[in-house]
Amino acid sequence: MTAALQVEKLNRSFGALAVTRDVDLVLERGARHALIGPNGAGKTTLVNLITGVLRPNSGRVLLNGDDITTVNQAERARRGLARTFQINQLFRGLSVLENICMAIGERDGENNNLWRPAGAKPSVIEEALDQLESLKLVDDALKLVKELPYGRQRLVEIAIALSQKPRVLLLDEPAAGVPSSESHLILDVVAALDPDIAVLIIEHDMDVVFRFAKEITVLVQGAVFTHGTPQQIMADEQVRAVYLGQEGLSGGAHHG
Amino acid sequence: MAANETPTVTAPVTSTAAPSARARAMEFIVKRHYLRPWEALPWVLVIAAYFIFPDRMTFGTQVLIGIMFALSLDLVLGYAGIVTLGHALFFGIGAYTVALLTARWNWGEPISSMLVAIVLSAAAGFASGWFLLRYRNLTLLMLTLAAAILVQEAGNYRSDITGGYDGVPGMEIWKLFGVFENDLYGRTYYVYVGVLLFVVWFVLRRIVYSPFGAALTGIRENVRRMHAIGSPVHLRLVTAYTIAAGIAGMAGALFAQSTAYTTLGVFDFDNSAKVMVMLILGGTGRLYGAFIGATVYLVLEDNLSKMSPTFWQFGIGLLLVLTVLFARRGLLGVIEDALKLFGRRSKS
Repeated sequence: MTAALQVEKLNRSFGALAVTRDVDLVLERGARHALIGPNGAGKTTLVNLITGVLRPNSGRVLLNGDDITTVNQAERARRGLARTFQINQLFRGLSVLENICMAIGERDGENNNLWRPAGAKPSVIEEALDQLESLKLVDDALKLVKELPYGRQRLVEIAIALSQKPRVLLLDEPAAGVPSSESHLILDVVAALDPDIAVLIIEHDMDVVFRFAKEITVLVQGAVFTHGTPQQIMADEQVRAVYLGQEGLSGGAHHG
Repeated sequence: MAANETPTVTAPVTSTAAPSARARAMEFIVKRHYLRPWEALPWVLVIAAYFIFPDRMTFGTQVLIGIMFALSLDLVLGYAGIVTLGHALFFGIGAYTVALLTARWNWGEPISSMLVAIVLSAAAGFASGWFLLRYRNLTLLMLTLAAAILVQEAGNYRSDITGGYDGVPGMEIWKLFGVFENDLYGRTYYVYVGVLLFVVWFVLRRIVYSPFGAALTGIRENVRRMHAIGSPVHLRLVTAYTIAAGIAGMAGALFAQSTAYTTLGVFDFDNSAKVMVMLILGGTGRLYGAFIGATVYLVLEDNLSKMSPTFWQFGIGLLLVLTVLFARRGLLGVIEDALKLFGRRSKS
């Protein structure tokens, strides 16, 4: 079976600084894969390389077996690759519902239509409302995104990505910046994702990682340090050393 | 609304809030593009002006052309968030298409020459947009400005064709439909331009309420997200820019026809800046800001320049500063806030 997402020998440097070094990564269909590593390990850079925000200096990215290394970001998204951002990237001045309709409209080509009123196609709106209902956001449908508390904005961020009906979903610290009292809302959504979607999650909270992931890749200084099941990673002395040697990763340190 | 709510009444309602929130959201989106009664107001005023100021129709025509020009800018600046200081380029191409058709090729038929002007300015918008819209913000501002200057200087270089800053000599615009002569008071053109403005407004209103229009707003609000959800951002921007260029060219063509006069001054930076000031004054991204802004600007210009031929721009400058400082949504925003306040007072 071809992997949903495959990254081969990916390299990227900014000047003399190599931020991604010979990274290999495979996500099978339905994968639950966590990407962990100390700050500055190049996790977000890797997401940007996979989604096409950045181009690699060498190496390949394959989506469902197709080489998409030279394909632009929007085309990758249309082929089923969705992401969330570490810092919200939303249409802040638009309503929550419009945020979702935007993603649906781009997905099925509705947004190419210059003449028909946006409200005249109920199927798009129904689908958006269904999506909001499944994330318990429907009461906020008409609120502007900027009026929502940050935790709910994070949910909109995920709702947009899900509206793309992706086959591969990259979650860049989905609960980042959310007060711990609300983070369970987001983690429940993550835990309940469609089992067919291959998910790569970047997360600092080791409790979340060990609960959610079936596979873990540890990235250190741009390179894959090790890779394995949660049990293997937990038992790995070297991983503990890397984490214990780092400050600011109390979640990891606690757990180890 | 009643139709939307009926199913929720029969269904076993566990949480009353959720279905009604859904119905309200649905209703809002479905009805958002419906015409509101107040949207007739600009057209009532356009028609009323014809009867109230019958001897000022030449000026009135220029106001209508200003509104059309500002509307075209609103699509790119107000909706798509494309900052441009070169919008006069397309106005100028439209004006020169008409001028050169009559002066060089003896073709003064207004409607066909206007259509040619629309096609040529839209083509210029497509070609320049394809290159320039890869850039954003300050870079784009400078590049659009430079594009207008380049064309203006090319026209100056071949002043044997363009007439340079003295204007195109010998413009002769034929009768509308071969019947209606433009009378001394400009009433014919007021009606002609008024009808065309209505068409432009209708088309733009369709576009801004379409899914494509929503996507333009998305690009303005967050272009990174648009890329991430698979939007062909460059294509969307070029499309909007091309449409806006065509409409600006239409305004330019009507300007040349109604005044029977065109100089290279139409490409001036002043002209690009003026339309932007009009739009900001009225309010961006709302369509009706163009109506208010262009009217207020041109009426002020007309009156202030009579009062003080040298310092009239002070008044407009002052109004712009006040608008930007205290009314970020333009005069349209001020009116809306005032109405809201008034509504609240009258209720309590």
